[in-house]
Amino acid sequence: MKTKYVSTGVRKKDAMSLVTGKPVYTGDMVPPNALRLKLLRSPHARAYIRSIDTSKAKLVPGVVCVLTWEDAPQSRFTTAGQTWPEPSPYDRLILDRQLRCCGDPVAIVAAETEQAAQQALKLIQVDYEVQTPLLDFTQAKDNPILVHPEDNFRALCDVGTDAKRNLVSTDCCEVGDVDEELKRCDVVLERTYNTLANSQAMMETFCTFTYLDEYGRLTVVSSTQVPFHARRILSNALEIPKGQIRVVKPRIGGGFGAKQSVVSELFPALVTKVTGRAAYICYTRQESMTNGSPRHQMQMRVRIGADRDGTIRAIDLHALSNAGAYGDHGPTTVGLVGHKSLALYGSLIASRFTSDVVYTNTMGGGAYRGYGATQGIYAVESAVNELAAQLGMDPTVIREKNMVRQGQTMPNYYGEPCNSCTLDQCMAAAKEHMDWDNKFPRRVLPNGHIRAVGVAMAMQGSGISAVDTASVEIRLNDGGFYTLLVGCTDMGTGCDTILAQMAADCLDCDIADISVRGVDTDQSPYDTGSYASSTTYVTGGAVVKTCAQLREKILAEGARLLGVSPEEAEFDGDKVFVPGTDRCITRKELGWASFEGHSRTLSASQSHSSPISPPPFMVGMAEIDLDPETGTVEVVDYVAEVDCGTVINTNLARVQTEGGIVQGIGMALYENVQYNAAGKLLNDSFLQYKIPTRLEAGTIRVAFHPSYEPTGPFGAKSIGELVINTPAPAITEAIRNATGLSFHSLPIRAEDIAMALEKQNHD
Amino acid sequence: MYTARNYVVAASPEEAWELNQKKANAILGGGCWLRLGRRRYDTLIDLSGLSLDEIRLEGDTISLGAMVTLRQVETSPLLRESFGDYFSRCTRHIVGVQFRNCATVGGSVAARFGFSDPVTALLPLGCQVELVKAGRIPLEQYAAMPYDRDVLTHIHIPLPKYGRPVYESVRNTQTDLPVLTCAVAREENGLAAALGGRSGRPSLLRGADRDGLVEQAMKLSYVDNLRAGADYRRHLAKVLLNRACAQLEGGEQL
Amino acid sequence: MKLTLTLNGVRRTDEVAADTTLFSYLRDRGCLSVKCGCETSNCGLCTVWLEGKPVLSCSVPALRAQGKSVTTLEGLQEEAAQFGAYLADEGAEQCGYCSPGFVMNVLSMVRELDNPTDEEIKEYLAGNLCRCTGYQGQLRAIRRYLQEKGGAK
Repeated sequence: MKTKYVSTGVRKKDAMSLVTGKPVYTGDMVPPNALRLKLLRSPHARAYIRSIDTSKAKLVPGVVCVLTWEDAPQSRFTTAGQTWPEPSPYDRLILDRQLRCCGDPVAIVAAETEQAAQQALKLIQVDYEVQTPLLDFTQAKDNPILVHPEDNFRALCDVGTDAKRNLVSTDCCEVGDVDEELKRCDVVLERTYNTLANSQAMMETFCTFTYLDEYGRLTVVSSTQVPFHARRILSNALEIPKGQIRVVKPRIGGGFGAKQSVVSELFPALVTKVTGRAAYICYTRQESMTNGSPRHQMQMRVRIGADRDGTIRAIDLHALSNAGAYGDHGPTTVGLVGHKSLALYGSLIASRFTSDVVYTNTMGGGAYRGYGATQGIYAVESAVNELAAQLGMDPTVIREKNMVRQGQTMPNYYGEPCNSCTLDQCMAAAKEHMDWDNKFPRRVLPNGHIRAVGVAMAMQGSGISAVDTASVEIRLNDGGFYTLLVGCTDMGTGCDTILAQMAADCLDCDIADISVRGVDTDQSPYDTGSYASSTTYVTGGAVVKTCAQLREKILAEGARLLGVSPEEAEFDGDKVFVPGTDRCITRKELGWASFEGHSRTLSASQSHSSPISPPPFMVGMAEIDLDPETGTVEVVDYVAEVDCGTVINTNLARVQTEGGIVQGIGMALYENVQYNAAGKLLNDSFLQYKIPTRLEAGTIRVAFHPSYEPTGPFGAKSIGELVINTPAPAITEAIRNATGLSFHSLPIRAEDIAMALEKQNHD
Repeated sequence: MYTARNYVVAASPEEAWELNQKKANAILGGGCWLRLGRRRYDTLIDLSGLSLDEIRLEGDTISLGAMVTLRQVETSPLLRESFGDYFSRCTRHIVGVQFRNCATVGGSVAARFGFSDPVTALLPLGCQVELVKAGRIPLEQYAAMPYDRDVLTHIHIPLPKYGRPVYESVRNTQTDLPVLTCAVAREENGLAAALGGRSGRPSLLRGADRDGLVEQAMKLSYVDNLRAGADYRRHLAKVLLNRACAQLEGGEQL
Repeated sequence: MKLTLTLNGVRRTDEVAADTTLFSYLRDRGCLSVKCGCETSNCGLCTVWLEGKPVLSCSVPALRAQGKSVTTLEGLQEEAAQFGAYLADEGAEQCGYCSPGFVMNVLSMVRELDNPTDEEIKEYLAGNLCRCTGYQGQLRAIRRYLQEKGGAK
């Protein structure tokens, strides 16, 4: 299909407002009379509130209310933004008497000014019964300390939840007989890999304001990726009917999965419910870091078996995931550890993936770009690299031998078909662009620094198979322009524009003729939201369907007005006409006509869901410069070869890739979450939690190798999450090639490298 | 974030000193670090009305007013002429240009933070600080003194007599606080070196040669904290001293 | 306390508290382009110009702007749009939350550095964090902007 907009670098529709600093974010629109909220947060990792005295706090001038657990509804819920019934257990209250991690909310102060709220916080007196916290997630299962002892804890889905064992979920799936297959292998390697929690560190922290609208309904304006899920969660948590809630999403200052959980919404909502007043909360960076929704810390054990010629026959992967205090996204993220790493290897005769997700008294986890796949791919790709080294093989060659290919089915990826895959082309291109054959494994520069390269492959999904649902509506308006109503959430990714590109090509019109609007749950069609790399693929699918339906309607109405049957007429995007004649009616005229005196306003709406979640694939190669004396690693060059199916917006896909890779570099080298002995997070600011600056980003070279996904809109798959997955294993491998040292925990700090080299020199 | 009830732009160094005698008051430098604390101040004392924002050559000394920003230090042609890129090397990694346009050299020196790049860089140069009451005293002495209520107005840096000093630092990310800082300068009878980020305040070492400095550095104590462990810091002290000395021995800057 | 300054070219006097930051002052006066991303002077989102120099408005007490000129992106709309168009053409604004502070600093860099190299550009802008883009597209945009601006000279 010839396209005018798809596969071009169309400028984002909202770009110029963003670059000129227009007030388009939640915090820019707060009603002037809104109460300012501050939360009193637990200083203890585990404690029980014996009593709270708020009387002095309430006396501070300007304080309107101070709410504690006694004022909050007692229905448990999950803040995970997932389709109902959520796999995440219902283990939360807005304010709970039992505190399960440092920073758990103890009280909400609402005041006329921030200063008053701040002052009141200091005057709340809490008598805590401080309890011994459970901090080591490797000791959590069946530990005598129970993180969730409450009676009204419940799990909606059968994911193996057992709160009495600190188990959020447990799972096992096996293809073939792994133990038998490993016995048949010439070489079996067993390794354990560790990853820490990572903070999404989106520049806009969690923020929300709420008010009662003219109908007395609760309006929630929030920086959220999941407006419709938020509506349901708010309804559960506040015990008010969904019909009484409206969620509006303005521009979002970044999400990366953080805002796939309802983090800041409930507090102002409760205050508005109680006081009737508008209320606003904006998390500090510290709050966003300590009580947000970070990536799950994991420990992964890999057993990988191969023949001497490098044929990988079996992988046994076990993941232990630290949910922290709450189970949000716990049972689901862990699934991706296995399903989106093992499926990279089409050669596997047997594979097994087992997992435990456990509660502890560290911060609760959530969704972060990659969603478990990042951890799993780090472990499996690192193990494959170590296997290659043990076999004396080039790590690109072992992959060429074993990688999944188009046309295969992927037994460990829910048995889904691999309809579209250019992973082999990606590998070939990466080797060429990196000059791999010359650079592998290392060379020493005159200044003593070591240049080395490393490689990894990755995949992700495109939406959640048979779960994610997207609807869009397109209207033809008077004057002939279209309105595209979407329920997915552009969080800077540009999906509003991408969907408009698709619509413009489907409707053969100028992209300027398509106005996009999202998201207001009162007005937007239902969409599960923007997560799981679903929007381009799933919502895009809805756009294509809706356009087809609208074209039919336009044709029918045009034909009717021309006095012919639809079969005799055609619609070319600008007009409905009767071929071979000069009879036609323009889109503009149709728009006017449909708005006047009859009941044929032209509008179409379709929903879309996909039974499969086609994986995008990529190869990433890192070239590092390593100073063996200081251990400092600089990623000087990164080559990313990506198969995301048809690239809808070439600029945005490229920037997504570059951004994902730099986040991955942060995870590999710098982002180092540490707790003190009492369970308090120490890296709770940008001073202590170092995300890469532009001086750490190196040069990133991105190229696309589009396959054509037959089930995707215009042949597209996803891009957003895939791109964070290769840096950790590729950089780990580059460090190994530089130093001969295998590291099995992230981040790999300069200190770890320098001290290990120092030790090596002494031994 | 701090709170404050009053804000006074001091009309004279003496007024600043008077105001600063009250424990609830504080001198405001660039404000970058002050805001990390949660103290409640009575009066913030602003020195920006005292023409302390100039870098001047006075004979064989370069004088920095306390309100000179780190960005001025970084980009000063006067400092560059005598010290090459020494002062740009010890400032360029500090957060970002916007931060360095706020943060003042007086604030850095008066705070005497252990990880301070500027203090590390100034220490081996034989600098003097000028205080409202105590007058001029060696920076070496000031750096080791307990905090008092005097007011720093100037830093006087003698022009280098024995070649340009060398500055090195290691940081986990390039604009992070340093894991270790190291400055080495030649003196009449050998070498002077400062190591920062170590433990406590940056300290001055003297030695006849490189080995002498390294030997002393290995005896110092180093801290374990979020950024690195003590052993790594001790290791880096050796690496950086060696690198700095090699550059000194190589003559001009690398 | 009384604060008199020139905000985006307009002289004005306001009553502010001793501990009001320039950031809060500006937001309260409707300069909503100015964003805050941290409490530790690390992110660069709140960058504005004080006497033409980029500073962190979160760290500067409002009263330090006494008698001085303060410029926010609201006062540089035309230039912001000119440079911003290059960012937009790379898709490098992404979520846009860091854009105002970033654009303020780019426009300052353009005034301060002559013909900067990539390394100089990266160093000048190192205090502007961005989590979306990986910084590459921003660099491409700056290069193109400088090229065409240079060409126009």
